Order: sequence, then structure tokens, then C-alpha cells
Amino acid sequence: MQLTDEEKRMLDGGSGRGVQRAMELLVALGKSFDAERMIPILRTHVALSGQEGDTYWCRLLVEGGATCKVPPTTNPSWDVKGLTKHYEVTESELELGLQTIEVYRKIGAKLTFCCTPGLGTNVPAFGEHVAFSESSATPYVNAVLGARSNRESSCSALASAVTGVTPLYGYHFESNRGGTMLVDIEARPKDAYDWGILGYFIGRFAGSRIPVLSFRHMENRPTPEELLYLGAEMATSGSVAMYHIVGVTPEAPTAAAAFRGKAPEFTLPVLPRHLKEQEEQISEKGGRINLVMLGCPHYTYDQLRELACLLEGRTVHRDVAFWVLTSFDAIELARRSGHLETIERAGCRLVADTCIDEPCWKSFEGGLGVTDSPKCMYYRERRGQPFVIRRLSDCVEAAVRGEI
Amino acid sequence: MSAKTSFSCRSIVKGHVEGEAIVSREAMCFYLCDPETGEVIEKNHPLKGRSIAKKILVLQSGKGSSVVQVDGFYQLSVKGNLPAGIIVREIEPVLVSAAVVMETPMVDRLQADPFEVIVDGDWVEIDAETETVTVTKRGRDE
Repeated sequence: MQLTDEEKRMLDGGSGRGVQRAMELLVALGKSFDAERMIPILRTHVALSGQEGDTYWCRLLVEGGATCKVPPTTNPSWDVKGLTKHYEVTESELELGLQTIEVYRKIGAKLTFCCTPGLGTNVPAFGEHVAFSESSATPYVNAVLGARSNRESSCSALASAVTGVTPLYGYHFESNRGGTMLVDIEARPKDAYDWGILGYFIGRFAGSRIPVLSFRHMENRPTPEELLYLGAEMATSGSVAMYHIVGVTPEAPTAAAAFRGKAPEFTLPVLPRHLKEQEEQISEKGGRINLVMLGCPHYTYDQLRELACLLEGRTVHRDVAFWVLTSFDAIELARRSGHLETIERAGCRLVADTCIDEPCWKSFEGGLGVTDSPKCMYYRERRGQPFVIRRLSDCVEAAVRGEI
Repeated sequence: MSAKTSFSCRSIVKGHVEGEAIVSREAMCFYLCDPETGEVIEKNHPLKGRSIAKKILVLQSGKGSSVVQVDGFYQLSVKGNLPAGIIVREIEPVLVSAAVVMETPMVDRLQADPFEVIVDGDWVEIDAETETVTVTKRGRDE
């Protein structure tokens, strides 16, 4: 790779061992993908997780004297102060939670603890080169906003935050952003839930390809939440980091433009029955439940408002914990607008800074949960909690009845 | 008798290591290995039940979310059960990140298809400094 003098200095250790480690990672990545040089970036998002491997890397950089040149927004781990009051966590889990916050604070990250930066706290412009990790955030900024990011790991995004550069390859080039498969959609998704199921279905066939979604019928432009769910699920069942929707996303005014004049490798038809079948394939059948968990990805203010309308005058069943994971700013808006009171009066609780895949939720494991997110199901299942997957209104009914 | 053959390769993470080969024709998520033993625990994986610890892993590619792959490497490393080195067939960004973070020597672009020239049990030396992989066949199988 051709490095600038400044980049060479970082690589040679002239800016300290932490910066050197970060640069070594970016050079290895650049070399792997035949990048000729680095490109400066002004935004990054780090998929902080609170897992030991992730915290280890951040600590390694901090102890090597590194701080962030470009302060990144961060993913959630879990609300250490709030949730330990409710649930049992071990000494070492608590310790790791606290350490994670400490090392990310020391490195100079912007501690947003939210997995939907593209919808609020870190919004890149069209054509802007960025390094965004978090598998649901990368397709959002690429496809919906038209920014340019490769599929980054939390470690490589943090390395970019420290050095201010990312290797120039892959989706940073216009020529690599064209669609490679056509999705011919007869189905009519009507809410974020349907878009999520659609995404999960497409991801199974897409792998790391760039799907171009073409709808036979589209009455309204999809909302940001719907697009977020689509991308999140394509990156769960597959590893999609870029997609197009003809007539909707900015690089796809027409199908020809989305494909950059090339022919798709294949066409995937999506009929209405495919969505129903997809739901049935991944969802548990039903029964008594102990948890309703929403907010994977984090619920936005608009989703909280919708939730408040559904919960008005209802009461959550006494055997059920109803948690909604969201961002600090969405909670504040819900409080100001009066929806928080409605939600809490019904027995539902909001929590910020928290991911579904964290140790604080282990007391529910073994029982059945309900969620509107296949991604939530996918990651919780590995920790021993099966989920029924349903749209929001059905999740609320299940919470009230205690079963589904 | 043992036959020794050398191949050129490309260095991704530096180091000079050797060990017994274990070949994974499918991609791996290192989170789905038991850190205590280095055994692959992923359902339906061809290496399920076998240990990758301290071996030279010949690997198709990486898979799984960015976060869990790195954590998988970390947990194996803490217990001393990471592979000694990795020869990758199809490079992938998250795998590169994980190997760099845990300083696991890794090469790709072997001069020959690694699945053709390396089988389980071969003795393999990776010299990522000189970008050379040397394969010593076992005298005779079984």
C-alpha cells in the first residue's frame, strides 16, 4: 500500500503503540483486499458489545496511548446501573460491563450506546466515506443514505476512529456498488415487521451479494424504521452490507442504474406466501411466555409512540416482563410527549443503552419470549431462549394475556 | 519417508509457526468453538468435535458477526487454544480483524489450492516473513 508520511509514522510506532496496532489492522485489511491507499474519514460507528474480545481490543489501544481522532458513536452493551437492580448478574459480568464503559470513555468515544446511528446520532451524507460497523447500521448508511462503508468489524471501525483513515477498497468505489441479484417482489409489506421478515427471507439467498429490490406494487415510500428492519435482517440471515430499492434508495432511480448496466446473477421472486412461510419457519409455535422483548434494532421515537397507542388502557400480565430497548434520546422524547407515562402505566418498561444479547437477560432463559424481530430471536436462541416472532400489535396482545 | 514441499503465499498477519494441519472446507465462526478444548461445537460443521488448538488451520473463510468472531478468537487465546496459524482460502474482513487483534499468524493466496496440497495430519510450517508455507507429508496414512 502507498501510505502517506503521517500514516507511515503511525505504522512505525511514532504515534505510540496503540495507534500503531490500529494502523497495523487497517494495513492488513487494506492488503487483504488490494487497497492501494487509505482514505480519510470523518465518521465512524463502533459495534461495541461488552464482550471480552471487544473490550480487550479497546483496552489494548488505550493502554498503548491511543485516543480517537474521530470520536465514534457506539453500540449498546447494557444499562449497568439500571438493570442490575432488576436482574441477577455475576460479579464478573458487572465488572466487564463497567470496564467496557471505562475503556471506551478513555479512548474518547461518543457514548451513544445505540445501534441505530444512521437514524439520529451519526448521519453521514450522500457519497461520504465512513467506517461503520454494526451489521444493521452498515446497510442503512450504504443503501438508504448513499454513504460509503465497507462491512467493518467493531475492531476495524475503532482502528479507523483512532487513525482517521480506512483502507480504500470495496464499497468505497462507485463501481463496486452495483446490484448483483434481482429481487422481484409481488408481496406487499405493510409495516416494519413485514419488512424485517422480507429481509430475513432475502438474506438467506443473498449471502454477501448486493440485492436490488424491485416491487410490483408500492403504495408508499418505506419509513426509516422499515428500511432499518429490512437491512438488519438481510445482515442476520445473510451478510448483506449494501442493497438498492428501485425508485426509493438514492443510487437506484431505475433498475438499470441500480445494476450499473450489468446483468443480475439471478432473480429471486418473492410472493406473499413466502413471508408467511418465513415467519412459520423461524418462529416458535406459542404457549405461556415470560418475556416480551422489542427493540432489536433499537426502537425509535415513532415506534414508541405507536407502542403507547396500543398500550393505552391495557395492563401487562403479571407473569410477563415487557422490555423495550431504545435510545436515550427516544426515551427523552417519549417522556416529554407523554407516551412514556402511558407505556409505564401499562407495566411496560423502556431501557436505553442495552442490547438483547447481554448477560442481564439470562433470568428469562429457559422460558418462551415474544419479539417482533427475527434478529432478536436469532441471537437470543443461542443463549437458550426461544422466541415467537409476531408483529407489534400481536406482541402487545401476548403481553396482556401472558401467552400466545 | 516424508516429502517436503514449499509454496509461496501472501502474509496477512506476520509470524513464524508450525504444527499439524487440520482442514476446514467450510467457513468457521470461532465463537462456536469450546475455549476450554479448542473443539468445534457448531452443529453440522464438518469439524464438529475436533480441536483446532495449536494446529495449522487450513480454512475456507470466516463467517458470523464481527463481534462474535473477535470474541471467539479472544476466548480461545485466553485458554491457549487458538490455532498456531491459519492458511485462508477466501479472505474476509472480519477474519482479518480477529487475527490481527489476537496476533495469530495468517496467510492467504497459497501458490496451490490449499485443499489440494494439505490434508489433515500433514506437518505445516508457515513463515509469514518470507511468505512461504512448507508442507511435510506424513510417511504413510494410518
